Amino acid sequence: MNVTVAIDAGETPPSASEAGPAPKRIVVAYGFWIFLLSDIVMFSALFAAYTVLRHATAGGPTGAELFNQGRVAIETACLLASSYTCGLMTLAVNSRRRLGTYVGALLTFALGAAFLTLEIREFADMIAQGASPQRSAFLSAFFTLVGCHGLHVAAGLIWLVVMMAQVATKGFRAPVLRRLQCFSLFWHALDIIWVGLFTVVYLMGVAS
Amino acid sequence: MNLLGKLSWSSIPFDQPIIMGTGAFVVLAIVAILSWVTLKGYVPYLWREWITSVDHKRVGVMYFLLALVMLLRGFADAIMMRAQQTVAAGGAQGYLPPEHFDQIFSAHGTIMIFFVAMPLVIGLMNFVLPLQLGVRDVAFPTLNSVSFWLTASGVLLINVSLVIGEFAKTGWIAYPPLSELQFSPGVGVDYYLWSLQISGVGTLLTGINFVTTILKLRAPGMGYMRMPVFCWTSLAANLLIVAAFPVLTATLAMLLLDRYLGFHFFTVDGQGNAMMYVNLFWVWGHPEVYILILPAFGVFSEVVATFSGKPLFGYRSMVAATMAICVLSFLVWLHHFFTMGASADVNGFFGVMTMIIAVPTGVKVFNWLFTMYGGRVRFTVPVLWSLGFMVTFVIGGMTGVLMAVPPADFQLHNSLFLVAHFHNVIIGGVVFGAMAGYNYWFPKVFGFKLDERWGRASFWCWLIGFYVAFMPLYVLGLMGMTRRMQHYDNPAWQPWLIAAAIGALIILGGIVCQIVQLVVSIRDRELLRVSGDPWNGRTLEWSTASPPPAWNFAVLPHVAERDTYWVRKQRASAQQDEPVTQQQYEPVEMPRNSAVGVVNAFFAVVAGFALIWHIWWMAGLGLFGTFLTILIFAFRDEDEIEVPAAQVAQFDRVHEAEVAI
Repeated sequence: MNVTVAIDAGETPPSASEAGPAPKRIVVAYGFWIFLLSDIVMFSALFAAYTVLRHATAGGPTGAELFNQGRVAIETACLLASSYTCGLMTLAVNSRRRLGTYVGALLTFALGAAFLTLEIREFADMIAQGASPQRSAFLSAFFTLVGCHGLHVAAGLIWLVVMMAQVATKGFRAPVLRRLQCFSLFWHALDIIWVGLFTVVYLMGVAS
Repeated sequence: MNLLGKLSWSSIPFDQPIIMGTGAFVVLAIVAILSWVTLKGYVPYLWREWITSVDHKRVGVMYFLLALVMLLRGFADAIMMRAQQTVAAGGAQGYLPPEHFDQIFSAHGTIMIFFVAMPLVIGLMNFVLPLQLGVRDVAFPTLNSVSFWLTASGVLLINVSLVIGEFAKTGWIAYPPLSELQFSPGVGVDYYLWSLQISGVGTLLTGINFVTTILKLRAPGMGYMRMPVFCWTSLAANLLIVAAFPVLTATLAMLLLDRYLGFHFFTVDGQGNAMMYVNLFWVWGHPEVYILILPAFGVFSEVVATFSGKPLFGYRSMVAATMAICVLSFLVWLHHFFTMGASADVNGFFGVMTMIIAVPTGVKVFNWLFTMYGGRVRFTVPVLWSLGFMVTFVIGGMTGVLMAVPPADFQLHNSLFLVAHFHNVIIGGVVFGAMAGYNYWFPKVFGFKLDERWGRASFWCWLIGFYVAFMPLYVLGLMGMTRRMQHYDNPAWQPWLIAAAIGALIILGGIVCQIVQLVVSIRDRELLRVSGDPWNGRTLEWSTASPPPAWNFAVLPHVAERDTYWVRKQRASAQQDEPVTQQQYEPVEMPRNSAVGVVNAFFAVVAGFALIWHIWWMAGLGLFGTFLTILIFAFRDEDEIEVPAAQVAQFDRVHEAEVAI
């Protein structure tokens, strides 16, 4: 905490809750955490809807018939690896290495884009088989839940490009550093949601 | 391809004199105001000082003003419904055809909850929170402006539906399958959905902003247990916003997907599940009522303590009760639909939880009473509203506990008894709280008090009008009258409905008195001029000038105890001959004005309107505009300006008397 509070000799230092306004870096990251929590609450509503409608196939295809475990495994590997490269990017940012930052971002972008491509292929294949979201309540919930995560990944990719443009034009200024920190929080949060999604949709979907 | 989607000249109901008359009047009023503002040359001032302002005080005032304007709209709907039910007895059909009456009650509910009650409490929190916490602004000032303008976008869309197209005929809760495309093919439900989605984003951002503000930005020394109770109740309300509004967003998004892309979340075919909507809606909906009432509880806590000249009784129990309500509010949602057909155990659980949540509320009522007990109570207008609240809210709470008994609820579900109950708690709680806060903090906002005499008149009209309007509805509910009836056959109901209409007219008198109060107070503002501390206040907002400078406090106050300003005043009067220490002034960093909020809202309205009417190219344009706005904002370089120390010192010298302690 870089806020100076006058402390007389002999007085006990104030506790964290009495230390005065937090520095901007803390405030921004904290606010972004709260946003991520709200985003996770939104996903929880979609998860709930999916779980309720899981067996509402209206005579159409079930998850066990549709899901391709192999492709989902590659998707998962891409996304988890992209979190690792995102971590490498954060390390490069912390030591203010531009080249390392760009390389980390490039790898993250490539892996994220690969994930997204595989997901779009999965959706296209399902729709080609007649398993479109209009087919049954189960498929509506599936496409919404997985698609919402995919939209988040796509938004993350756009954000990443914008951040690299900011690093290029503005360098490692304080606002840019704060935004990079928020981006990495966002990217890792998408991983957490994917782990839940992978379990609830793909693993449990094949089991029954 | 049709460039204008579903929009055509037939979308405007030229054959409906009531709608066209109202529309013409509103358009004329807007044109008159705009031309007056332009001719007087106020546009640059408004743009610089209000529209692009990111100052939490300005944003708060704009929220409150928006809410008061929308209160007039929502109340006009109420008067029309009361008038219709007064005359439409026996074989009579009244003056409103069913499809119009249905739109009116849907619009009334939607507007009153989302665009009156919400902006009232968010406006108060905006203005008061940073001042009470002893800091200079909220955590994200520009985001705050974005939130406000998104709320305003929702307001604009819902009002456009009056003239262009139609509003939902589904009630404010828009239950499927009625709200699905199959049964509501018009644009009404789309107006409902998009205006709530857009303003909902604004509300969520507000929640994030305020939670961060309260938890991370407090004056040095202000530990959690030294925060004023209004900050605590606001914290609880905003935690609920963060936890509940995303559920509403997801639920409405599912309904949108059903309507726009043929999904089957809640449809009759494709094995959709309409009851899931009802569950999800109330998972948001019940916390929502606490989002509204908790800040009102905070206002009463401040008002009662200040005007009793005593510290709040049972501060810790008040905090505990607030946080208990915050958690419990997520465990009662099923009481909105006991008749769904859940098992007796499920209904029993939610019935018991509903009764339990009344306990912390009871704790609060006793705390307020004990605060007043033995105090030297000054019967100002805020205190009148608080007393009116305590009586009215307890009655409303008791009818709520009555309906928490599932067998009783089977009789009362969807009857006017329910309508009377929730108006009893929302008017008696939220509106009375907002009015108490309005009269209490107005001198801080503008530097002069509101006229007492008209304030009293307004209070008594509202209080008496409320009882005359809503007690008959309890009776009608017990007589078996259901809500939302365009006409009815039972002539025995008519006298009670006439009484209710008279009550609504008395409330109208209260609203007129409030408008007169505002006009008279502005006219006599030099007589009503006050210092920084007109009420002998206890909390930090009274320790700065009225109105406060943009930076709120020249030097951040140091807090050593609860009710810190009160204690400092006591200490100062005890040690009057001590030399005044010279204040050290430093330059203040303030966030720069930003047009991003209003520009973003403009594109949101474009996108929302286009999506409602299926004008796809325009929707794309609106969304792209939003993206571009944010992008350009992200690339600006200087987002803060520095107020020089000399200017801060100069302000303090001019207002020496107000900021001395």
